[in-house]
Amino acid sequence: MEERKFRWRRTAGLLAAVALVASACSSNTGSAAPSTGGEASAPATGGESPAASGGGGGTLGGTVSVIGTWTGTEQDNFMAVVAPWEQQTGAKVSYTGTRDINAVLSTGIQSGLLPDLAGLPGPGQMAEYYKAGALKTLDDTLDTATYKSETSPGLVALGTIDNKTTGIFIKADIKGLFWYNKDAYKAGDPTSFDDLLAKGKQTADSLGGDAKTFCVGLESGAATGWPGTDWIEGFVLHQAGPDVYDKWIAGTQTWSSPEIKAAFQAFGNVIDNTFGGSKNALATNFVASGDHLFGAKPGCVFVNHATFITDDFKKTGGAKDGQFDFFPFPDINTQFAGAVEGSGDLFGMFNDTPQAKSLIAYLATAPAQSIWVGKGGALSANKSVTNYPNDILKKAAADLAAAKLFRFDASDNMPQAMNDAFLKGIVDYTKDPSKLDSVLSNLDTVQKSAYGG
Amino acid sequence: MTVAVTREVAAAGSARRRSPISGRVLLNIVVIGIMALWLLPTFGLLVNSIRPAQDVADSGWWNALAPPYKFTIENYQQVLSRGGIGQAFVNSLLITIPSTIIPIAVAAFAAYAFSWMKFRGRDVLFVVIVGLLVIPLQTTFVPLLTLLGPKGIHLLGAGPGAFVAVWLAHTGYGLPFAVYLLRNYMGGLPKEVFESASIDGAGHATAFFRLAIPMSVPAIAALVIFQFLFVWNDLLVALMFIGAANAPNLPLTMAVASLATSLGGDWQLLMAAAFISMALPLIVFFALQRYFVRGITGGAVKG
Amino acid sequence: MDPRLITAIIVLVGVPASVVGYVFVVEQLLRFVPDKRQASIRPWLWLLPALLFLTVFLVYPTINTIVLSFEDKFSKAFVGLNNYSYFFTSPDTLISLRNNIIWLVLLTFLAVGGGLIIAILVDRVRYESVAKSVVFVPLAISFVGASIIWRFVYDYQPPGHAQTGLLNAGVTALGFQPVTWIQDAPTNTIALIVVATWTWTGFCMVILSAALKGISTELLEAARVDGATEIQVFRKITFPLLLPTVAVVSTTMIITALKAFDIVYVMTSGNYDTNVIANQMYKELFTNSQPGRASAIAVILLLLIIPVMVINIRRFRQQEAIR
Repeated sequence: MEERKFRWRRTAGLLAAVALVASACSSNTGSAAPSTGGEASAPATGGESPAASGGGGGTLGGTVSVIGTWTGTEQDNFMAVVAPWEQQTGAKVSYTGTRDINAVLSTGIQSGLLPDLAGLPGPGQMAEYYKAGALKTLDDTLDTATYKSETSPGLVALGTIDNKTTGIFIKADIKGLFWYNKDAYKAGDPTSFDDLLAKGKQTADSLGGDAKTFCVGLESGAATGWPGTDWIEGFVLHQAGPDVYDKWIAGTQTWSSPEIKAAFQAFGNVIDNTFGGSKNALATNFVASGDHLFGAKPGCVFVNHATFITDDFKKTGGAKDGQFDFFPFPDINTQFAGAVEGSGDLFGMFNDTPQAKSLIAYLATAPAQSIWVGKGGALSANKSVTNYPNDILKKAAADLAAAKLFRFDASDNMPQAMNDAFLKGIVDYTKDPSKLDSVLSNLDTVQKSAYGG
Repeated sequence: MTVAVTREVAAAGSARRRSPISGRVLLNIVVIGIMALWLLPTFGLLVNSIRPAQDVADSGWWNALAPPYKFTIENYQQVLSRGGIGQAFVNSLLITIPSTIIPIAVAAFAAYAFSWMKFRGRDVLFVVIVGLLVIPLQTTFVPLLTLLGPKGIHLLGAGPGAFVAVWLAHTGYGLPFAVYLLRNYMGGLPKEVFESASIDGAGHATAFFRLAIPMSVPAIAALVIFQFLFVWNDLLVALMFIGAANAPNLPLTMAVASLATSLGGDWQLLMAAAFISMALPLIVFFALQRYFVRGITGGAVKG
Repeated sequence: MDPRLITAIIVLVGVPASVVGYVFVVEQLLRFVPDKRQASIRPWLWLLPALLFLTVFLVYPTINTIVLSFEDKFSKAFVGLNNYSYFFTSPDTLISLRNNIIWLVLLTFLAVGGGLIIAILVDRVRYESVAKSVVFVPLAISFVGASIIWRFVYDYQPPGHAQTGLLNAGVTALGFQPVTWIQDAPTNTIALIVVATWTWTGFCMVILSAALKGISTELLEAARVDGATEIQVFRKITFPLLLPTVAVVSTTMIITALKAFDIVYVMTSGNYDTNVIANQMYKELFTNSQPGRASAIAVILLLLIIPVMVINIRRFRQQEAIR
């Protein structure tokens, strides 16, 4: 009766007491640990005291809320980047890392509940948010002159809309690199893609067993298919050139046009020469895609990925540092020689509080970016950053800086709906290459409604 | 499977009368078989969580059960030593406990009204409430966040207001199922007990507190288990209501999801984290087991 | 002291206390109302707190959703039934609807049936608590854990290489080629439903077990003494008494099947012919930024639930007649 209700309340009280003790203990350990995992040990509940504005001046205090896709060790790296800024300004960075960033931002645009700064999924998204009136411009926040002179022009342009800077790149990466096991492949950097195919096949045949030229891993949960988009983008860029590439991003080049179709067919050829065939390509998670480069009986010669894949080589592939190397995407059409595809993490500002402005200005500077670079696994958009910790990254950064022709990852630059259909198209095509025409016409249908409107 | 097992039940039943031992043996074999089947996938995860990441990628978990034994607890160590896990645990408690108690308290009154009060439109209203179960939560976010966020009453943002919003939201979301389950149980309670109480002059409030609630303890226990579990394991609601502007208050589910990098690296930590975050809901389940006991209704016929 | 903890304690104690206090106040006030009127006002006052919560958090957003379903992607212009016709003419939709029906039939049947059988069986063993906990564990593992668990069951490696997935290890041991369970339709939809069944059977079992305990043992023993076999006891006594609870659990599982999302989203993202309605809705809302189309799908879900609701009403009326 009431006795039971009382016992029920008592249990609740007990749990509350447990929570009290636990929170007392954890806030002791919490303040000792450096600000990792988005812990704000200062009890500042959003109380902003804008004593002085921006970097360098007196203490700013307050908090900045940031959202991004970085989690795990990437999150640690980001918190390391902002640590000097926190010390200098006395403000705290409150960071949320999540893969559902699209959901949060698209809901936030409509509801008004947005973080101060956010990692934007891509330039395409940045444009959508700017048009919706949510994204603030950065020209009066950044030292624009320095930023523009220090950053590669391609990446500056990608962060600009209507001649206003709306996004900056915190880090960058170079795509379309072909990785190989130095013990298995010794035939040197190919001079063209056909040369790559020939040399690869030779090596694969000599490896014996079921070894093939390529390893491809397309599985990636909700984003299954994205490594395939990188392949096709590489083909479009190197076969058809930057103009077609740009029109394709803008939605004015149809998917069933001969140039794009040729890129898909080239990818189909890659799948035909892939370890385990299309079945294995679809079933293998991209993290494991390089595993068969190494080991006693390698299953493939090349894997096409950006620089971040090296961690996975070591963790699950059993490779050691120095065992692998890369060369950039070889030329196909000599007209477009030296074309490089890159990507990067774009940041934008939703609420222009003094703390937010100070932080984003800091993030664009070379000292800030060199912190992440020093930890490995990232390239910087900033040309003054040079402290790459190993030769692989130095080589990649040099390639990025020296690129004669630079383009950003096309799918990241397209509207989300188009990107999503692209992913699905890769999966459908890989499963059944005979369906190419219907896959492409589906993509055309999406293209019509995804742009504008 | 259904038909086969029913036959076994029958066989067990009739066998019991002739030869109790073989019937019980069969029953035990079946039950233990079911337990093994259910545990097998989880057991696989447990084994993999104590293997090095390289091994997990190379071979199936059953290989680890034969020598050479290469086990390691480094995954668990890394998860537990990660900054913010303790805080996230406390956040989860702060979110989950009120979100469990409030909906059940509110639902109990509504369930009683639906069970033991007659009024026009009762059944239709009840069924509409049940129908609300089908609403996808994602469609509620924009209107609710607009109402509760900076454009509305500004309950959200940094500060404890976000928690209040989450508790109220989970109450709203959890009510349809709570009302459904409780009404079903309360409606099945023996009519005679309530009739004799009202003859004795007890009003509805007395009948509710002294009869309906105590007799509904198994259903309430089940509800506590489920509501606790759903809120404890929830990620999206917490991310939406708390996440965007209030990172220090994120619950354990977010901290666990943040263990792997956005590119899928360090996925081996997720295996250990799954077991760590499962501990408390299981404890709640065990603790409430004793309320699933026969005889609460005093042995009268139901339905 | 942590301000959140203070708020938590205030709310924890305050809200139930105020609901209880509210009911007492209501009862006191009702004394001033003539008896005949009391009976018609009282239910609504008792329901008021629940109705308030439901209105704000579920009904208001639903009305908003219904309105949005008739508007364009910027939620400004009225576009009539365009979003609905988009849904019905989209090539994905036929596949999704077919899959949802498969989910509905299989998940409900397996989870409810399994839950019922397990509840009855473990009722008779001494280690009942342990057995129930084992079946319950999948529900306690958050979805992140469950998806990894099943990856280790369904994983695929090319023929001739060591298998890392449990099923393919068994299959290759028997001499067959490994199967890409997730990538091959229609086994993949079944594979996903198996994951859901593994998770939800514990849910059904817990509820059915609670109801089972409410059936008096004297009644069952009396029947057995009279010579009834176990099957007869089950069919004539146990099952009819459990029927209302079976209906509740089945309705909940049907709704769960209609809303099935997480498993499909994480394991296949709707590829390989596994797509379901809720996944389409999520994509339209958060990926394609088409709130109008997403809202149309949500409204269709609401319409699909109506037959289930009608059956529930009929059942209540029957129950009332017996009571």
